[in-house]
Amino acid sequence: MEDLVRAGATDEPCDDARVVLEARGVSKTYHLGEVDVHALRGVDLSICDGRMLSLMGPSGSGKSTLMHIIGLLDRPSEGSVIVEGEEVSRMAPNELAAVRNRRIGFVFQSFNLLARTSALANVELPLVYAGVSGNERSRRAREALERVGLGDRMGHLPNQLSGGQQQRVAIARALVTEPSIVLADEPTGNLDSVSGVDVMTILQELNAHGITVVLVTHDDTVARHAERIVRLRDGMVVSDEAVADRIRASERREAVVKEAGGEG
Amino acid sequence: MNLLESMRIALRALNANKVRSALTMLGVIIGVAAVILLVAIGTGVQDEITGSIEGLGSNLIFVFPGSFEEGPGGGGPGGISTRQFTIEDADLLQRRLGPEHAVAPVLQGPLTLRVGNRTMRTVVAAANENAGEVFGGDYLDGRGYRRSEVSAGARVVILGSTVRDRLFPNQDPVGETMSVNGQRFTVIGHLAAQGGSLTGDQDNQVYMPITAAQRLIGTTDVGLIAVKAATADDVEALQRRIRQVLTPRFGDEFSVFSQDQTLGIFQQILGTLTFMLAGIAGISLLVGGIGIMNIMLVSVSERTREIGIRKAVGARTYDIMSQFVIEAVTLSVAGGVVGIAIGALGARVLTQWVPTEVTAWAVALAFTFSAGVGIFFGVYPAYKASRLDPIEALRYE
Repeated sequence: MEDLVRAGATDEPCDDARVVLEARGVSKTYHLGEVDVHALRGVDLSICDGRMLSLMGPSGSGKSTLMHIIGLLDRPSEGSVIVEGEEVSRMAPNELAAVRNRRIGFVFQSFNLLARTSALANVELPLVYAGVSGNERSRRAREALERVGLGDRMGHLPNQLSGGQQQRVAIARALVTEPSIVLADEPTGNLDSVSGVDVMTILQELNAHGITVVLVTHDDTVARHAERIVRLRDGMVVSDEAVADRIRASERREAVVKEAGGEG
Repeated sequence: MNLLESMRIALRALNANKVRSALTMLGVIIGVAAVILLVAIGTGVQDEITGSIEGLGSNLIFVFPGSFEEGPGGGGPGGISTRQFTIEDADLLQRRLGPEHAVAPVLQGPLTLRVGNRTMRTVVAAANENAGEVFGGDYLDGRGYRRSEVSAGARVVILGSTVRDRLFPNQDPVGETMSVNGQRFTVIGHLAAQGGSLTGDQDNQVYMPITAAQRLIGTTDVGLIAVKAATADDVEALQRRIRQVLTPRFGDEFSVFSQDQTLGIFQQILGTLTFMLAGIAGISLLVGGIGIMNIMLVSVSERTREIGIRKAVGARTYDIMSQFVIEAVTLSVAGGVVGIAIGALGARVLTQWVPTEVTAWAVALAFTFSAGVGIFFGVYPAYKASRLDPIEALRYE
């Protein structure tokens, strides 16, 4: 395994931290008729526990495909994915579901909340499938919603919430199972700038509390909220560097509000 | 995830599409209600006929002209080509079987009755002096006809309760005269209401000596010969004896049935009919089930994204599968329960015109079948849903 050819290897030393998620030689090929589309070509990536990382690249670079593969929503054509030391890429669908449920939280650009379902019930959903029931489920979901500042919106349906609030419900849903990793795919893509700053603030807070955060974005400003940026192009890692001037979302809020015309 | 959780999710989804859920259920409701109703009618009619055959009096044997074993094209019972019985055949049987058993030739035919300006068409059931043994019935007033009246072909008549109410309302008819097919008859008795029977509605009949009836109808034939055995133990031996007596005269051109055999034949015919009705109704239940499958398939493709979300946060194949199966079963079972209620209610209303009986087995069958329909037609859409690739499902617009 160790002597795999690593195209654009990104073996940043984790110092004393362990590697929480690792992709080794991951390729993904889609067969569209007679044409093979190589979305990923042998990507190596290791993510250290408790860090915040951005995956950047233009559309078609394979960043979303990579996120889906390391999030166990999709399978690599070649290579392997290791979550907390466990090789998962050959697991059966139900085993993958269990790993997603316990160890990974997702935040999507389009929120992906269940319609006609209250914020609380949406946040409870992963716990339903984890087999947590009754009072404990409801208590943990309430805590998660309070953590993202929606303690007063628990009974609201998604269509009664603003985009920023819906994304915060999605974050609460991602963190309610206390996962080791939160994967956020363009989390601010559908939001106005103020809501975007709020969402980034929450993600940085989660990271400060020890949760590994992976941001997938094409936006340079969003990417610089992380400690490290990995850039992809044409399915390959082209650069991997630490962020020198990391943005603190909480410090930007005032300026963004002013710029947006005092709304908030 | 436990079953209760799956049920809660299913109910929430059905509740979100109330009109669609109701319309889908309607298919099952109609199917189940039809099964309950038609089986109730079948069972009710079967019970009533059984009751009236049993009510004819016990230990009866019926002798019909014609062979039931004959193939197609044969005379059949009472067929035109068949040689009919006469009163002499009945007298012969009476002599050979002995006086402890009662033999009665029976003739039935349509008649027109008139009293003053009231006219009605009805049916006569005529026999000899043993009529009381084979027809039964309680006299409200008057008497039956005597042997002498049979030999003389006396123009006397006994009225069933419906005939009496129509022709002699609020009046004791005994001793009155009336016109029967234009002939003057004297009413000598009338009967209490007794309900339907093998020979039709006994209340809507008149009774008279067979000789008088033959003259009215213009025949010397009798329709069938009824024999009442002295005891139930005699019935089998008597059937053999009847065959011995009639074979030299008729060959195998006659049939002998005990009351039990007649009952058995009727029950077999009606039972088959009931199953046929249930089968026809079952087809509509099947159609209802296909409606459920159709809606579940639509629902699965509409909710592809929802399935993707559920899978992303950790739903296993089984969780998705059970969610959709339970949805389908909930639809069909709820439809089944409503259908049973409507069917039972309809059966109660129909009882005014047709005998009905809602049996426990029909309810159990309809319920089981509707639940089965839900499972059967729900499994495929649910399987389809559970096999969706999470990432494909999430991308679905």
